[in-house]
Amino acid sequence: MDIWALLVIPLIVSVFIALVTRKNEELSSYLSIGAVVIGFLIVLPYLLKLPGDPHMHPIEQAFTWISIKGLKIEMGTLIDPLSIIMLFVVTFVGSLIHIYSKGYMHGDPGYSRFFACLSLFIFSMLGIVLSNNLIMIFVFWELVGLASYLLIGYYFEKPSAADAAKKAFLVNRIGDFGFILGIFVIYYATGTFNFIEVEHHIAAGHVSSGTLTLAALLIFCGAVGKSAQFPLHVWLPDAMEGPTPVSALIHAATMVAAGVYMLARTSFLYAAAPDAMVIVAYIGGFTALMAALIALAQSDIKRIIAFSTLSSLGYMVLAIGVGGTGAGMFYLMTHAFFKALLFLGAGSVIHACHTNEIWEMGQLYPKMKTTAVTFFLGSLAMMGVFPFSGFWSKDEILSATFQSGNYFLFAMGILTAFITAVFISKLVVVTFFGDKKYHGHPHESPKVMTIPLIILSVFAVVAGFAGFPGLEPNFGTFVHTAGAALGEHGAHAEHHFNFMVASLSTIAVLGGILLGWSIYSRKGMKSDVMAERLPFTYKFLENRFYIDHIYDTYFVAWIYNGLAKILNYIEVNIIIIFIINGSAYTVRQIGKGLRLTTTGQLQNYAFVMVGGVLVLMIIFAAIL
Amino acid sequence: MEQLFFYIFALVAVVSAVLVVSVRNAVHSAFYLIICLLQVAALFILLRSPFLAAVQVFIYVGAVMVLFLFAVMVLDIGKEKTKEFIHSQWLPAVGVIIALFVMIGYMIKRGKLSASLGIYNEAALAKNTEVIGKTLFTQYIFPFEVVSLLLLVALIGAIVLVMKDKGRARKNNGAGS
Amino acid sequence: MLTIFHYLILSFLLFSIGVAGVLLRRNIIIVLMSLELIFNSVNISLAAFSYYLQSLNGTVFVIFNITVAAAEVAIGLAILVSVYRVRKTVNVEDLDEMRY
Repeated sequence: MDIWALLVIPLIVSVFIALVTRKNEELSSYLSIGAVVIGFLIVLPYLLKLPGDPHMHPIEQAFTWISIKGLKIEMGTLIDPLSIIMLFVVTFVGSLIHIYSKGYMHGDPGYSRFFACLSLFIFSMLGIVLSNNLIMIFVFWELVGLASYLLIGYYFEKPSAADAAKKAFLVNRIGDFGFILGIFVIYYATGTFNFIEVEHHIAAGHVSSGTLTLAALLIFCGAVGKSAQFPLHVWLPDAMEGPTPVSALIHAATMVAAGVYMLARTSFLYAAAPDAMVIVAYIGGFTALMAALIALAQSDIKRIIAFSTLSSLGYMVLAIGVGGTGAGMFYLMTHAFFKALLFLGAGSVIHACHTNEIWEMGQLYPKMKTTAVTFFLGSLAMMGVFPFSGFWSKDEILSATFQSGNYFLFAMGILTAFITAVFISKLVVVTFFGDKKYHGHPHESPKVMTIPLIILSVFAVVAGFAGFPGLEPNFGTFVHTAGAALGEHGAHAEHHFNFMVASLSTIAVLGGILLGWSIYSRKGMKSDVMAERLPFTYKFLENRFYIDHIYDTYFVAWIYNGLAKILNYIEVNIIIIFIINGSAYTVRQIGKGLRLTTTGQLQNYAFVMVGGVLVLMIIFAAIL
Repeated sequence: MEQLFFYIFALVAVVSAVLVVSVRNAVHSAFYLIICLLQVAALFILLRSPFLAAVQVFIYVGAVMVLFLFAVMVLDIGKEKTKEFIHSQWLPAVGVIIALFVMIGYMIKRGKLSASLGIYNEAALAKNTEVIGKTLFTQYIFPFEVVSLLLLVALIGAIVLVMKDKGRARKNNGAGS
Repeated sequence: MLTIFHYLILSFLLFSIGVAGVLLRRNIIIVLMSLELIFNSVNISLAAFSYYLQSLNGTVFVIFNITVAAAEVAIGLAILVSVYRVRKTVNVEDLDEMRY
């Protein structure tokens, strides 16, 4: 029962805020925060029970939602270690971000609307995590898309925000199209939507490998959209138009992780389709590397973090692709902590400086010590410096990649780690230590914003020990109980701490830090030196490989000029003139004609009545 | 013998009915209607229902027709001119009436009595009033009450409708003078 | 020998005449009187059915019918009087406020 409460409370709160307490901003924010904190308290007992019972039996509660002949769709919840961990991440990080938002959004005209959307988002996200079948996950998947549309377009009066929201929504739809096709393929092959039943069908070998590969790739399309992988990654950087807490909640900790979670949830499918896994791994690795390179040439603090998020998501997908589901989920969890921390820290900085441009900051450390220190810790975790959480989780991914025997991907991973270290150190150095370039008087943010930062930084530092190799049971054990039945080869990688891999990645990271530090800590730097030394490369990276440009020129232009014109013609000439105006005209003419029958002459009506009786009599006589 | 009486009554009834709808003076119409209704009362006697005949005479001839005549007097309607006499929809209306006439005739000609007979044969109907009274106050008590309520409502409604609104009447008088 | 058809034919003659009065006359009082004719024709057939089927239902119905007719006449004439007060006419064709 408590699990359903977890799902229903945020929904009720969201509707309640939207309909009732909209005028009362304080109450709205407390309701919304209360909903997600209650969710966290509901999840907590499950999480605490987990270490004692790592091989827990999945708890499934379901009722039939749609039942027609040949099709049965359930609404249900599935509680297993995987969903418990994800629930913990969503509700815990969500709670902190809600509390932070209370301070950050203070005085905003749409304060209540913001919290209503946040609660709607939490509801849909928990729906994805809890769902026990593919249709339900798809429904909530789309709800998350809606909530994120509302939140990205929160400043909808700003054209760029409205465009970004539209872009995010549309790009996600492309991926979702593949997702639902994949769901259909699975249903066609197994006759059920339920995860556990599908898993049994596949384990029993009822499904041919070609079908499995097709289904796996199509479902991966959904993850590509939601988790912003290579061809569809373009929406995520633009989504930074939303308020910073939104970026932290949606575009770092939870929504983009939904794609990875979904892949982990269907990992049995990927384990049975090795061909699909290779493609997944390459897309993940490529996204990681590309995003890291692009991040090098950005100067907007939120965009840098956004591209680092892309890179991290690439890492997670890479992990799934090489069979390291546990490693991917572990990275997802630690990433949620340190990336939320970085975003919230960035929000605090933006709150103080009123600009996103890192070249207009600098020397902020003395002014805002709490933010700076927590941000610094988050950066170390992000880069993966021993013993911060990022180190352990990244190491697991790298060693899983190494053990899968794909050394090219492994090299990409190490290179990504190196580049990440470079641009994160650039970010930290330029923002907090470089020359003073800000205007006005930045000051530390209020307590309601800094306390979540401190809590998150603690987790960013220590969460990695959940995957400490000496620990038994450690993180990998929980996540792997589900997939272990299929003998996933990634499972072996989790338990063996590979010293060679760890030292290689540490060397790469330290090298990156040194390089970044040495370039960007020079005095008197007004803008990026890279732009002067390597103008062509810089331009290329700054424009994000021209991918957005290509999309705009070819696809979008084609759609605007070709498809849109045809549709516009159809709409104007056929729908509006013929169907809408035509039906209205017809109805009006009929009405004009029928109006004349209302003569006001009593005896005309009597006459018609007698005529009607006559007709009835004739019909009666004809029948008998 | 009975047949003879029936034909007399029927003939008078039809002729007076035609006169009701065709004479121009409303007072004459009312008198012809009285004649017609009396014939109907006589027919009720032929149908072994003296109670109905009495009711017909009391209520229709006695009350309703007096009401009609009263209304005609109050409204002060004289003889009508020909152009005011026939409704403008007369042509289609006559067509429909003839069609209706033919149709009903055809239906009656085709009709057959197939319902089973009840218990009230000629002997039972000898105590006509008593039998009707018993039925009315046992089997039909609820409709009877409803109808009496309806009469009450009609009574009050008629009074309310006809009663002059004092305030409006005064205003009208003021405007007239 | 009298049969039910005699009564039914008489009844339908009176009914048709009544309908003709309702549809053709302009004087609203005559229209109301024609309505009474229709009532009576129906009463005749009810009573005839009652007699020939040896049942009392028709007879009781005639009583109700007469009561309803009385109520109808009372209300109808009351409305007529109040309309006449305002419009000073009994011509149905002039009473056409409720038209398009």
